[in-house]
Amino acid sequence: MEELSNLFHGFAVVLQPFNIMVMVVGILLGVIIGVLPGLGGANGVAILLPLTFSMSPTSAIIMLSCIYWGALFGGAITSVLFNIPGEPWSVATTFDGYPMAQQGKAGEALTAAFTSSFVGALFAVIMITLVAPLVAKFALEFGPAEKFGVYFLAFCSFVGMSKEPPAKTVASMMIGFALGAVGLDQMTGQLRLTFGVTELLTGFDFLIAVIGLFGIGEILLTMEEGLSFKGRAAVINLRVVIQTWKELPRYWMTSLRSCLIGCWMGVTPAGATPASFMSYGIAKRMSKRGNNFGNGEIEGVVAPETAAHAAGTSALLPMLALGVPGSPTAAVLLGGLLIWGLQPGPMLFIEQKDFVWGLIASMYLGNVVGLIIVLTCVPLFAAILRIPFSIIAPIILVLCAIGAYSVHNSTFDVVMMMVFGVAGYLLKKCGYPLAPLVLAIVLGDKAEESFRQSLLASQGSLGIFWSNGLVGTIMALGLIALFWPLIQAGLSRLRSIAPA
Amino acid sequence: MAKKSKGAAASGPAHRSVEMGVAIFIGLLALITIGGGLAVGIDWGAEGPKAGFFPFYVGLFILGSSLINLWHALRNNPSDKLFAEWIQLRQVMSVVIPTTIYVFLIPWIGIYVASLLLIALFMRWLGKYGWGYVAAVAAGTPLVIFVVFEKWFLVPLPKGPIEEFLGL
Repeated sequence: MEELSNLFHGFAVVLQPFNIMVMVVGILLGVIIGVLPGLGGANGVAILLPLTFSMSPTSAIIMLSCIYWGALFGGAITSVLFNIPGEPWSVATTFDGYPMAQQGKAGEALTAAFTSSFVGALFAVIMITLVAPLVAKFALEFGPAEKFGVYFLAFCSFVGMSKEPPAKTVASMMIGFALGAVGLDQMTGQLRLTFGVTELLTGFDFLIAVIGLFGIGEILLTMEEGLSFKGRAAVINLRVVIQTWKELPRYWMTSLRSCLIGCWMGVTPAGATPASFMSYGIAKRMSKRGNNFGNGEIEGVVAPETAAHAAGTSALLPMLALGVPGSPTAAVLLGGLLIWGLQPGPMLFIEQKDFVWGLIASMYLGNVVGLIIVLTCVPLFAAILRIPFSIIAPIILVLCAIGAYSVHNSTFDVVMMMVFGVAGYLLKKCGYPLAPLVLAIVLGDKAEESFRQSLLASQGSLGIFWSNGLVGTIMALGLIALFWPLIQAGLSRLRSIAPA
Repeated sequence: MAKKSKGAAASGPAHRSVEMGVAIFIGLLALITIGGGLAVGIDWGAEGPKAGFFPFYVGLFILGSSLINLWHALRNNPSDKLFAEWIQLRQVMSVVIPTTIYVFLIPWIGIYVASLLLIALFMRWLGKYGWGYVAAVAAGTPLVIFVVFEKWFLVPLPKGPIEEFLGL
C-alpha cells in the first residue's frame, strides 16, 4: 500500500493554501475557456502556460490540469443551454441536453451532466491511482525497441480508430512528424529541413501549432457559421440538484459502461470526442427508452458526459506513466513538464514523487471543487456567452497571439500561429483530424530517436521489433489497431455468413 | 443543425476543388520533406541511420497518402457540395485579413497598441458599436493584459515606440 501513503502525501501537498487558490482559479478559468467558442482545453492550456513559468512545477501542473477539468465541465453548459458545443466532446451532449432545456428542464440536464462528468472523472482517477504506478514500473524495463513499440501502438490506434478516412489521418500525422523533424537533429546534431531559414533552427514548437490549429482555426470556423446565441435560461437550486441526484442512480449501468468506454478510449489515444459519441450510441441501443433518445432523455446526457470526462482524465495515464500523451491537451501538459525541467515518463514516479502524487491528488480534489463551482455559478458562465462575438473574437485572437509569443518570446512564432490557424481551418473543413498532427510534433523526436537507437543496436535489421515477446506483442497490438476497421469488417462478414 | 440551404441562390467554391487543392499542397510539402531528407543523407552513418533517414520516409508516407486523398477527391462529383458560400468566406476573410495585418504589426508597434487597434476595428466594423464603448473595451483590454502578464506573472510582451516613450 505504498501508493496509498504516497497519495495521502499528495493530498498534503495539494491542501496548501496557495495550491488550493491555484486550483480554484484554474477551474474558473477553465470553465470560461470551455464556454467560449475558439478557446478549448488544448489551446486554452497552451495560452496560459506562460503564466506558470514562475510557479513551482507542482502548483503549475495543478493549475493547468484544473483548467483542463474546468474546460471539460464548461463544454456541457453551452451544449445544454445554447445547443452550441463549446468543445468537440460535448457535441453528443447537445442531442438530449438541449431538448431538455427547451422543455424547461435545463437545471436537471446540467445537474445530470455535471454529476456524470464528475463520476466519469472520479472513475478514471481511481484507475490512474491504481494502474499508473504499475505501468510506470513495468515501463522502466523498456529499451529503445519497446519504447518505439509504444509510440507505434499509439499512432496506429489513431489511424484505426478515427472516423476520418485513414489516408487523411496518416497524412495529418506524418505532416506532424515532418514538422517535428525540422531543426537540429537530436542524435547527430545536424541541421535538417531548415533550408537556410534562421528562424527554423529551433524547429516548430507544437504549442504554436496547438494555438494556431485549435484557437485561430476554431474562430474562423465559428465566423463562417455566423453565430447567433439564443440561450435558454437555467435555474439550478438545491431542490433541482437533489431531485436529479435521486434519479441518477437508476442509470448506474449506463454510467459504468460509459466509464469503461471512456477509460479505454482515453488511454488508447482515441480521445474524449469519439468516446462520447460511442457511449451515446451504445446507450441508445441498450436503453429501454432508446427510441426517445434525442427528445430530452436524461440518460442521453449521462452517457456522453461520463465517457467524455473519463476519457479526458484517463488520457493523462499514458502521459504520466509512459510519456505518451493520450490527447492534445495531455500533450500540452507534457510540453509544460519539459519546460519546467521534468522528464516525463516512468522515471517521474521515482524521481518526482511530490509532483506525480500532487497531480493525482489534485485530480480528486479538483473535480470535487469543479463540481461545486459549476453547480453554483451556471448563470454567471451563461452570461459570458451572451457577450457578442464581435467583442469576444478579437480578445481571443489577442490572447492567442500573447500565448504564441510568450512560448519563446518570438514574434516569428506569432506569424507561424496565423499560418497554422488558416491551415487548421482548411484541414478541418476537409476532414483531416488535427489531434494526430499535434501529437506527432510532440512525439516525433522521441519516436525517431528510439527507432534509430533500435536500428543502431540491431545493425539496421528491422527484426529487432520482433526480437522478444514484449516488443513483439506491442507491435502486434499496433498492427491490429492499425487494421482494426478491416478486421471488424471481416468479422461481421463472417458473422453474417455463419447463421445461414 | 443551423445549416442554411438556399438552393440555387447559394454559390461558392466546390468542396471538391478545395479538397484537391489541399491534397496537392500537402503533396508539395511531402516533396520538400523528401528533398530535405535527401540533402542531409538517408543512408547509414557513424551513429546509425543518418539525420535525413526519418524525414525521407515520413515524406514518402505524406506523398502516398496525399495521392490517395487526391484520387478520392477526384472521384467526387464536382457539383456535389459547396466548400462554403461566398458570404461565409467573406466572414472568414474579415477575420483572416485584419489578424494577419495585426500579426505583422506586432514587431513594429508592440502587442499592446496592435491589440487596441484590432479590438477597436472588430467592434466598430463588425459589431457597429458606439465610439465610447469601442474605446473603453479596446483600451481596457491591453491595460488588463499589461497588469496581469507584466506585473503579476512577470511575462514580458513585445513593446513598441509608444511604450518606450511612456517609459514602460
